[in-house]
Amino acid sequence: MTQSLAPHFKQPLLKTPFHERARALSQVDSFIPWAGYTTVDVFTTMEQEYFAIRNATTLYDLTPMVKYRVAGPDALPYLNRLVTRDIEKLGPDRVTYCVWCNDAGHLIDDGTVFRFGASEYRICTAERQIDWLLDSAIGFDVEVAEVTEHIAALAVQGPTSCAVLKALGLQGVEKIKPFEIGYFALGPHRLTVSRTGFTGDLGYELWMEPGSAEAVWDALMEAGRSRGIRAIGSQALNVARIEAGFLLPNVDFVSAEHTIRTGRDRSPLELGLGWLVDFHKGHFTGRRALLNEKIQGPRRQLVGLDIAGNKPAHNSLLYTDDGGKREVGSVTSAIWSPTCKRNIALAIVDAPHFRMGSTVWAEIYLNRELVWERRMSRAQVVERPFFAPERRRMTPPAEF
Amino acid sequence: MTVSAVPSRYDCVVIGAGHNGLVCAATLARAGRSVLVLEAGNQVGGAAVTREFAPGFRVSAGAHLLHLVPAQLLRELQLESHGLKWAARGMGTTALVPGGANLSLSHDGTVLGPSAADAQAYSIFRARMRRFAAALAPALSRSPPRLGTSEWADRLALLRVGWEIRRLGRRDMRELLRIGGMNVHDLLEENFESEALKGALGFDAVLGANFGPRSPGTVLTLLYRLAGESAAGDSGLSQPTGGMGALCNALAEAASAAGATVRTGATVATIVVDGDRAAGVVLQSGESIGARTVISSADPKTTFLRLLGSRHLDAGFVRRVSHIRSRGLAAKLHLALNRAPSFSGAGKASLRGRLLISPSLQHIELAYNHAKYGEFSSAPIMEVTVPTINDPTLAPTGQHVLSAIVQYAPYELKEGWQSGRHRFMETALEALEAYAPGLRSCVVGEELLTPVDLEHEFRTSGGHWHHGDLAFDQFLMVRPVPGAAQYRTPVDRLFLCGAGCHPGGGVMGVAGRNAARQVLTVDLKSA
Amino acid sequence: MRTPADLDVIIVGAGHNGLVAACYLARSGLKVLVLERQPYIGGAAVSRRVYQDFTYSNCSYVCSLLRPEIIRTLELPKYGLQVIPYEGGCTMMHGGGHLAVYDNHDALRREIARHSKRDAEAYDRYSRDVMRQCKFIKPLLMREPPDPTSFKPRDLKELLYLGKRFHGLGEARMYDTLRFWTMSAADFLDEYFESEIVKAHFAGSSIIGTALGPRSPGTAYVLLHHYMGDIDDTVGAWGFARGGMGAITKALGASFEASGGTIRRAAPVARILVRRGRASGVALADGEEIHAPLVMSNMDVRRTFLETMDAKDLPDEFVRQVKNFKIRGSSGKLNIALDGLPRFPAIPEGSPSTRGDMHVTDTIEMMERAYDDWKDGRWSRAPYIDMLIPSQIDPTMVPDGKHYMSVFVQYCPYKLADGPWDAAKRKAFGDTVINTIAQHSPNFKDLILHAEIRTPWDIENEVGLTEGNIFQGELTMDQLLFNRPVPGYAQYRAPVRGVYMCGSSTHPGGGVMGAPGANAARAVLRDLRMAH
Repeated sequence: MTQSLAPHFKQPLLKTPFHERARALSQVDSFIPWAGYTTVDVFTTMEQEYFAIRNATTLYDLTPMVKYRVAGPDALPYLNRLVTRDIEKLGPDRVTYCVWCNDAGHLIDDGTVFRFGASEYRICTAERQIDWLLDSAIGFDVEVAEVTEHIAALAVQGPTSCAVLKALGLQGVEKIKPFEIGYFALGPHRLTVSRTGFTGDLGYELWMEPGSAEAVWDALMEAGRSRGIRAIGSQALNVARIEAGFLLPNVDFVSAEHTIRTGRDRSPLELGLGWLVDFHKGHFTGRRALLNEKIQGPRRQLVGLDIAGNKPAHNSLLYTDDGGKREVGSVTSAIWSPTCKRNIALAIVDAPHFRMGSTVWAEIYLNRELVWERRMSRAQVVERPFFAPERRRMTPPAEF
Repeated sequence: MTVSAVPSRYDCVVIGAGHNGLVCAATLARAGRSVLVLEAGNQVGGAAVTREFAPGFRVSAGAHLLHLVPAQLLRELQLESHGLKWAARGMGTTALVPGGANLSLSHDGTVLGPSAADAQAYSIFRARMRRFAAALAPALSRSPPRLGTSEWADRLALLRVGWEIRRLGRRDMRELLRIGGMNVHDLLEENFESEALKGALGFDAVLGANFGPRSPGTVLTLLYRLAGESAAGDSGLSQPTGGMGALCNALAEAASAAGATVRTGATVATIVVDGDRAAGVVLQSGESIGARTVISSADPKTTFLRLLGSRHLDAGFVRRVSHIRSRGLAAKLHLALNRAPSFSGAGKASLRGRLLISPSLQHIELAYNHAKYGEFSSAPIMEVTVPTINDPTLAPTGQHVLSAIVQYAPYELKEGWQSGRHRFMETALEALEAYAPGLRSCVVGEELLTPVDLEHEFRTSGGHWHHGDLAFDQFLMVRPVPGAAQYRTPVDRLFLCGAGCHPGGGVMGVAGRNAARQVLTVDLKSA
Repeated sequence: MRTPADLDVIIVGAGHNGLVAACYLARSGLKVLVLERQPYIGGAAVSRRVYQDFTYSNCSYVCSLLRPEIIRTLELPKYGLQVIPYEGGCTMMHGGGHLAVYDNHDALRREIARHSKRDAEAYDRYSRDVMRQCKFIKPLLMREPPDPTSFKPRDLKELLYLGKRFHGLGEARMYDTLRFWTMSAADFLDEYFESEIVKAHFAGSSIIGTALGPRSPGTAYVLLHHYMGDIDDTVGAWGFARGGMGAITKALGASFEASGGTIRRAAPVARILVRRGRASGVALADGEEIHAPLVMSNMDVRRTFLETMDAKDLPDEFVRQVKNFKIRGSSGKLNIALDGLPRFPAIPEGSPSTRGDMHVTDTIEMMERAYDDWKDGRWSRAPYIDMLIPSQIDPTMVPDGKHYMSVFVQYCPYKLADGPWDAAKRKAFGDTVINTIAQHSPNFKDLILHAEIRTPWDIENEVGLTEGNIFQGELTMDQLLFNRPVPGYAQYRAPVRGVYMCGSSTHPGGGVMGAPGANAARAVLRDLRMAH
């Protein structure tokens, strides 16, 4: 485990086991904090890194992702009471994306649940929440413990990622289907590989002991040299995840465990995640509230927008008309999509304007050589994801 | 667990045959429901029970005085025709003071002993507190409203509380709003000079509470008691013939007469949930019993965490339930005596009422100090009764029973009750001996029930007779927890009817009656 | 120009609330005279030199609650006020070890995690809930509490406002609020934390200035009261006033005088004069009478009505209620001049923890026992102390290389069970505190150049606060909102026309907040039908 030796009042942020490698490649010295770790925002330029995701193979240090080990006789009933999806349907060595809610049916967080073998589970999520997870464990014979610092993780994403992993020597990696887990050895290093990711592209996530981190990084860089491998930071990943339509906590929603003001919590139904809610699997936290909400229909919903022009609608308010008289919501994430060549955004829109095909108007401010201009741009509610290449699902993946 | 195969055999299954469970069952049976009451013990009564504690000596093992059962409830269930008789009503209070002096408070409001100024202040104080109690009594008797709903019933209930308080007039209303959050120490200091009088009046504010007289909120507990007495029709302290068990026997009779079945020795292991609703219970024996409605008089922690299980509940709700404070601080002392005890300075007649060892507010506060740190009081406070004076049937001829509530005896004793029990018994006996010299020499049998024993005997978490501290933050619409404060629970068709609900413990029966009414209302709505 | 004879308002007492009220009234064009008994202004917000070139914040010692709208409207920065945040805090444990509090969220999480991983994350839920309550209460601070027994449109409107705000919380949070306002700090903290040291650290603010222990219901509110401050809108931040707490009242005085107001120092008021049922002015101790149609008292209600007014001018019921108002002395203070910076072996070298509030009470039980001592009429044998060394951050307070330590002590009674305070007892009290600190700092005693020891009795005598109570009255449920100071008179107006109250005895209570002064000024202006 690579931990900083300085006392935490001098150095509040931890370093991941990949930190030294990342620092060596960082050209612009742009680091940001993430879940208590310092991580790279940009290595070289955002554009170069983004196109590597869509064109070649990228490495992204996932270590700060908060990880909890869940085990014990009641692990399954515990998880099924925690999350809205039916974990009973999750086969051994598989992963599922899910969300969990408070009593009011408001989202506490989203994340992935891994099932290793028969009875061990892992929750991976963006924020720490042992407080909620342990309170949820009252009455269950289950052990829940944070293992973030014990597991190093690396996302290997991009159309050539499978080829890189094969070149690395992970035989049979191509057989892993989306949301499946495989186990490999790389010399003395044990690797757990899941076909998961946050880019909406072909990709894998590698989980290992912190002591293996640098060796695995080096081997990957070597194996991927001819396939354009490149380390990426969070900025490039953010563009890819918006294209893929994925949500980011504290950007697209605020955890109901953190909201101060009333009415800022969001339910999975409002976030367009109704498909993750299984009302037939038995009780889970928030079920009664969500049933009620389902009957009444959500008052607002998170949707994808396709916006006229090419200026990203950062923080834009949305209106029903181009005069800007009636507000109907606001944009949570916005980018110019380099691949789709579309001006896209995720936004929370009030009923009934969130219906597919509806038109709203986004108020965009443009800074043109220090002169601000306000522009009302037509925005249409469109399908998410904005970009979903076939290669992300193909098994075995094509040789790109 | 899914038991849809089990046919519904009863409309209602009531868990626990304590007074609240029985009142609930009788009320439902009288409304035409088929009702089964399941009691784990060998007799009905819960914590309102009479049993033998030494050969030939019987005692009300839990509560030992009645003063809170609404007169209307007694009439409604015709308890007197079902065998309830009174050994004493309108019993007085004698406050014992070291050195043999004492002070007595009678049911009609006369006070003997303190200075003329205090006697006058007492009559003003008593009248005012009774006015407050009468204003609060309706709120105490009804189901507490929910906040923030758009239901008219809730809004109306809130308005009614507001109206009752406004009706007091500006001066009284201001005083009530001021003292409502105060501590009883300050309130009594504002009004009286006699230590003995303040000690006696302060006693009722902390009886059964996790408070000393200086704890804010003790005026509330006092008003709660007075409002309960007011709602009960102000018949004062009473003693049923045959002990408290007689009340529950009469209640069981009333329930049976209305068609309910009462089974003793039937311990419920699990509340069965089918889909989203309660569907019955499974006994420890493995027997399944189906029901359209399940009503639990067990305390909320037992009901939700043990019988139901957190997997049927939301995590936030479980978190709240786990935060309920329900650690008892009152112990019960029972003595078999070979003759009537005699307390210095207190006449024979005083034994017909209750005697308080609570000579000053300072004495209570010091007793409470220990409890805060997991110790028992070195000089405890006590409510002493000699039930055999009014009801000789409880002991062999000529012999007597002394029953005392002794505070403070914290559930979680640092040294553990294993060794603490003996030392606490000694402490309590010494304290009694000081007021009744020679008492120890006539003790022929003794029993001390610590909160741990009470927990075991009466199956209440923490051995708390209120099933949860009575305090502002566990009161009215937050009792036992939001989401279950109107007797309904998050699980459809599962109700609570015990002391953990509004208005709380003390042998009152209001929670049982309100829960039954809630069941009937829900039936009506879903019909 | 009007002559001094045309005074509109006399304000008795130049404490921070009196000065805040004075500023607002003077800015509205009224002719205001402030009378101060001491030769210096400030009341309990003073900086004084009682030993060489050391400046002490003799009484209050941190600036956290002063309302930003007051700082802004009265242009206090222009008149010299600067508030500098402090950088951390800690509780040192018996037998070594400590819990530090850092500004940086990640550092704080890792620090709490040293004691309990779970508590480190429960802390977020705790701050969230405290913040939710602060958000609810904050707007109420600068409003006049409604009289719930009144049918006046204004009271009904205010009640409706309160009701609406409460309703706006939503059902679940309404229950949380009900519970929060009535719980004990110990029970409240138990719902979040498992580690004793973490609970003890956060429980500190629930007892400061309060004659209650952490297990007394209502102390969760006191805890909240201390969180209500904000510096530059970061709720809960605490800071030093550059130059000591006197800098606040100095700036207020300057702002007041710039608006044309007059302050007379060393002018003790002996009586508030009432003629034909309304205020007519004041009489000073030397017999001089000064007349004005309005008199506003910055003194606590007991001193105002029982000592400075004639009972026959007041309704009996009111006098009875004022007598029943609970003002209990429970806090002491030590101001210590140090020859250098004391070492605290429990705190790691270079930690910012010493540049904030330091404590040595590591369990709630210890705090509760300290309270038991107070109940018994003696100072706590192991007191709760809130200790700061502002000279590390504020260079103006001490000669170079020296330091000033402010030690707030809870609990210390106003009346001792064994007879009145005297010099020997004061010294013994001081020794108790010094020894408590010395247990955690081996070189502390050697560094002491001078110590000013202040018992509640001293504070009463010097500042005029009854019993030395820093809040001018307990912050208990029965003395908050419409009950503060007494039911029916919570709107800054005394029963005698023309007499007003503006001290911390009134809503929203104590701390160097200024809200009572601002609210009282508003009440006067409304009565005069002037814009405010």
